[in-house]
Order: sequence, then structure tokens, then C-alpha cells
Amino acid sequence: MIEIIEREELVPNVHTCTVYAPGIAKKALPGQFVIVIPDEYSERTPITIADWDKKAGTITFVFLEIGASSQRMAELNAGDKLYSFTGPLGRPFELEKFGTVALVGGCYGIGGIYQAAKALRKKGNRVITYSEARSNFLLYWNDKLEKVSDEVKYATTDGSGGIKGHAWDILQKDLTEKTKIHHIIAVGCTFMMYKVAKVSEPFGVKTIVSMNPVMIDGTGMCGACRIVVDNQTKFACVDGPHFDAHKIDWDIIMSRRKAYLEEEIISKER
Amino acid sequence: MAKISPKKIPMREQPAKERVRNFNEVPFGYSIEEAVQEAKRCIQCKNPGCIAGCPVEIDIPGFIKFISEKKFKEGINLLKEKNILPAICGRVCPQEEQCEKVCVVGVKNEPVAIGRLERFLADWEREQGEIEIPPKPKSSGKKVAIVGAGPAGITAAADLVRWGHKVDMFEALHQPGGVLVYGIPEFRLPKEIVFGEIDYLKKLGVRLFTDSVIGKVKSIDELLKEYDALFLGTGAGLPWFLEVPGENLNGIYSANEYLTRANLMKAYLFPKYKTPIVKGKRVATVGGGNVAMDCARTALRLGAEKSIIIYRRSKNEMPARNEEIHHAEEEGVVFQLLSNPAAFHRNEQNWVTEVECIRMKLGEPDDSGRRRPVPIPNANFRMPIDVAVIAIGNSPNPLIPSTTPDIETGKWGNIIADPETGKTSKKGVFAGGDVATGAATVILAMGAGKKAARGIDEFLQTGVW
Repeated sequence: MIEIIEREELVPNVHTCTVYAPGIAKKALPGQFVIVIPDEYSERTPITIADWDKKAGTITFVFLEIGASSQRMAELNAGDKLYSFTGPLGRPFELEKFGTVALVGGCYGIGGIYQAAKALRKKGNRVITYSEARSNFLLYWNDKLEKVSDEVKYATTDGSGGIKGHAWDILQKDLTEKTKIHHIIAVGCTFMMYKVAKVSEPFGVKTIVSMNPVMIDGTGMCGACRIVVDNQTKFACVDGPHFDAHKIDWDIIMSRRKAYLEEEIISKER
Repeated sequence: MAKISPKKIPMREQPAKERVRNFNEVPFGYSIEEAVQEAKRCIQCKNPGCIAGCPVEIDIPGFIKFISEKKFKEGINLLKEKNILPAICGRVCPQEEQCEKVCVVGVKNEPVAIGRLERFLADWEREQGEIEIPPKPKSSGKKVAIVGAGPAGITAAADLVRWGHKVDMFEALHQPGGVLVYGIPEFRLPKEIVFGEIDYLKKLGVRLFTDSVIGKVKSIDELLKEYDALFLGTGAGLPWFLEVPGENLNGIYSANEYLTRANLMKAYLFPKYKTPIVKGKRVATVGGGNVAMDCARTALRLGAEKSIIIYRRSKNEMPARNEEIHHAEEEGVVFQLLSNPAAFHRNEQNWVTEVECIRMKLGEPDDSGRRRPVPIPNANFRMPIDVAVIAIGNSPNPLIPSTTPDIETGKWGNIIADPETGKTSKKGVFAGGDVATGAATVILAMGAGKKAARGIDEFLQTGVW
């Protein structure tokens, strides 16, 4: 059992949770994830690690309230305990001095790119962060991102903040206008990462995406998280979760993500 | 001497029609009278083959004699000297290939039902309530870390703690038991029994840490600083797939995923438990081992109207235990033999709708001694399905090898370990079970855990590598 230190609904439907897990905090690196089970009945839910405090021994993650298990998580408060919390899992981002790096974040991924921005800056990169949401009031961690980025660009679908449109629209504009970008990392919903991949592909800029397929054990046993990269079957939990976006078979990912929509609805009703 | 009855006392079980709609255990186990009667079939040979036939060398005639004398307490104590997990082994060991295969009674009759008697004693003890804890041994002052709380790790832990070593066990999942809990279904091995055996281990002094992925949260080298020796029993890894078109369609599972959803995550109790599983109407399981039987029988219990086993050879070559094949047949599992999937076909939403198979015939024996399946050209056929489960095996778990560069691994990514001592290429590190041998049986993993425990004990006493 792991104790929750802090819980907050950042913006409607997007939550943070900070837990005391010193062993995991000590080892966590940008791009890794944890598996959270809020109570005995819930699913094993993989979630990107957003932040940590190695001294205090805490891990912070950002999650979207979407299915029954994340709904249960959202009901828990500081002082409550999580049934199970495992990590840090997956391989971290391979971060080096690339030059200028575009970091794209949407929904839970806005949290997911924060530590990568920090580490990239430390390695001497220029970091341009693209943060997107449906509306201005759904953007979060703006201050945190601005502190660790050279520039933060915002996009909202309704145009209430930043430019009207999506992060990939700004990225496309920047690439077209010859902003020098040497490396792109995108974290967020599958559709956003897919769009970023399609935008960057013609420009030949290496693009890494943080895949979030359905997972069960997350430790290289069950094979649920298989994705096809370069015509080879890979497992996001141990080979990833980061892959070259231009080599991924996106059709398979998109349909596999939707496999349990009906069950999601049933399990939320009871 | 009275004439030996030619057949084993049958074990009562749930009728097939009833049990395919529930997850309760299939066989009920012997009553006291049945057990005593069966125990009397043992002729107490002077040179019993059964002991040598057992990977953990249980004194089989010894415990059976106690049963025939109704001295159950003495019987279970004797059994537990060699086997800490009798309730599990009595249920899932392939006795017909081990102890019962060499039983002298079995030469002319059915062999003594050793497995059923083992199970009887374990169940008898559990039903008595208080399980006896042996006195604490003198401490050796040495510490051992066990990585992976499956059959190999549990067995090694049990011996090491009884020899006075301090034992900490690390498990990656949120529950201990490994394949006994995520893989083997409730109707074959109730989880309550596994947890009971693990509780016993804790009472012996073993500390259990779940949610601990060694290699990630702590490296092998870090553990070596805290412990005098390590045992790696990290078990099965990534599943093998057929590598045919359409295999990543929705509705296609690996056996590991299908069983983990159903067992560990209790998807059969959905939506009370929130992990979903696709309950197909026509489910095809590919493979001929025990795991395939488990999947096909799970599918029926999840409500499948038709559960089909697709296997590329004939029934004779199936690696599954006869008992498992028999149970599957009784329950109505259909065997589509001499067939191998060539492709899976889909609908517009990318769900599997059909499996296309190649017909096979048997050719010359291959390296395994079984006749090799040979495709028959132009004889492909299709069957409508809505779920497929691929149960053709898996590679050893990759987590430790991928995070421990100086440990030697074999062709399949298995950790190379001496089969007699469990020693790996890294000083102080031992390994055994599926991570060393590739997918095998529970009892073989337990045997490896036992041998490694001896190897570890010797290393701790002598310091010699």
C-alpha cells in the first residue's frame, strides 16, 4: 500500500496525484511509467511519471479521468492508500544534445513532457514546448513548463488560448517556416501523436512518441501491449514505450486502443 | 496379501455440463475413506521407483503408509519435509510422467493415485485449521533475496528459510504466486490454496515484497550489496506469436494475456472487477499444451458456444497432460487437429472474424521425436471465430537479462544456470525455472528451486563459487 501525499483536479477531468514511493523516486527517469491499481477491483493502469522529488521520495503522475479505474483514482484523496503502485517501468527517453528539440504535450502528456524538458535543457538543448488542449481553461502546468522551456507555444481547439487549432498545426507551421528543429518528442493521446508523426515525416525530423497501448502486467509477460514497428512486433512495456513515430503501424494501434470501449462503459455504470 | 484393485479409486468431480458454467474447482478430492482405501493399494515396495521419479524426492511410500494407517498428521509432516507446496503439486504435477509412471503397481494395474493422495493430505491439513509451524532454526546470519514469487522462488525460499537463512522475496506483480496465480485457472487450482501456501511461507519468516520489479526499482548489483546470494526465478516472458497476417487484430490474445485477465485480474467477475475480457461466442485456441487446454476451458466458462483447439499435429503428439485433454473433451472443447493458422481475417472495425488454416499431415519424426507436421498444399479452409488465443509458448522473462549486462544468457534470452546448482555466470547469483529453461512445468520449476537452494546453501557455507 502506497500513501497519497497530494491529490488535485488540475483542470476538469485531469488530475495529479503525488505518492510517497522513495524507491521508485530514486530511480525514475524522464519517460518512464508506473502501474497503478487504486483498489482491489481496479485494472492495472499504466501512467506516465510526470514529476518526482528524489529528496522527499515522492512521485507525481497526471491522469485523465476516463474509465472505471481512473474514476476510482480520482475519488481518492491525500492520506488514502493506493492498492498497488509499481515502477519505474519502461525505458527512459534517450536524451542527448540534439540542438533544438520540440516537445509536444496534450492531455496527460502535458505533465509527461515536463521532466524531459528539464533534462534536455540540462544537456544544452534549446527546448520549444507545444502544449495543447480543447480550451484555455484546460491547459495546465503553464508556469512549470515555461520555467523549463526556452519557449512555450499554446494551441486550443476553440482558440481561447494561444493559436486556434492543434499543437501539430503550430509544429507544421514552424517546420514549414524553417524553424530549426532537430528532434521531436510527443506525449499524449494516440491521435495527437499520430498527427505529429504525419506532420514531421515529410521534413525528416526524427520523432519519438510515447506509446500508451493497453497493458496488463507491464513487465514483459503478457504481450497485450504489442505494437508493430518497422514490420516487427514490439512490446511497449519492455521495448518502449518510446518508438520512432515514422516506423509505427498506426492503423493497428488505433484499432487496438478502441477494443474495450463497450466494456469501459459497462464497468463505469456499476 | 489381498488382491490389489486394478483401478485407482476414482475422484468425484463436478459434472461437465455444470462446471463449464462456473469457475469452481473441477475435482472434489478424496474423502477420508477413499484416501485410506487408495493408500492401501500401495504395496510399499522395498525399492520404490516413485521417489526417484519425483523431482523433489518426496518419501512417497512413507506418506502413503501414514494415510493407510489414518495417521494424517504424521503423513503431512513427512510430505512437507520435501515439498512445501503439496496442495499445489497434488493438483498440477504431471504425476503420470513422474512418480506414477514408475509405480510398481502400475505395471499390471493402474498405478497408485499418488497425486490425489498428496492433495488429500494437504487439503486435510488445511481443513483442520491451524497449520503447524516448525520451530525456528538457528540463524546462519546470511541473507538471500529471491526474485520472483512463483513456484521456483517459493520452493527455494522455503528450503533456505528452514536452514536458518534470512529470506526476502521480491515479486513484480501485486500478488505473489507467479504462474500459479496469473496463469493456472481457478477451476484447476483455486487461488485461495496458493495464498494459503504463501502465508505458511511468511509464517516461516520469509518477507514478501510485492510491486517490486527487480532490474528497475533495484538492480541485481544493488541487491548483491544487501544480500549474500540471489535466486532469480522470474519465469515466463513475452509470448510467442504465429507471425501470420492478421495476428494483431482485435480479439486476438496471447495465452498469457487471456489467462492473466481471467485469473489474476478476475475478468470473469467483470464488471465487479474492472478488467475486461472479450467473451467470444466462437473461440479458437492455437496450441496443444496444458496452457492451451486452460485457455479453451476458460473460454467455455466465459460463455463461449464453441471452443476450438487448433493444433498442427495429431492428438498423440499433444504435449498437454491426458487428464487435461480428457477434461477439455468432456466439457465439449472441439479439437481441430492437423491444422495450423495461416491468417486471420477481419471485419471493417478490425475485429477478427475468421481463421484460415492450412491442413497438415504427419511426416518423419523431428528432433523432439514427434512426427513433424507437413502442410498439404491447396487445402486451406476457414472457420468463423470472434476470439483467438495464441498458446504456443513464450520466451523467458527479459527484464533481468536486459538490465544486467554481465549475466550470461542463451539463444532464447534464457539465463544460463547450472542445472544441478543453479549457478549463473555472475558470482552469488543463482537462477532456475522458466527463466533458465524456457517454458516448462510447475514441478520442474520447483525442482530447480530446490536444487538452487542447495547450491545457495553450500555457497553461503563455503563461500566457494
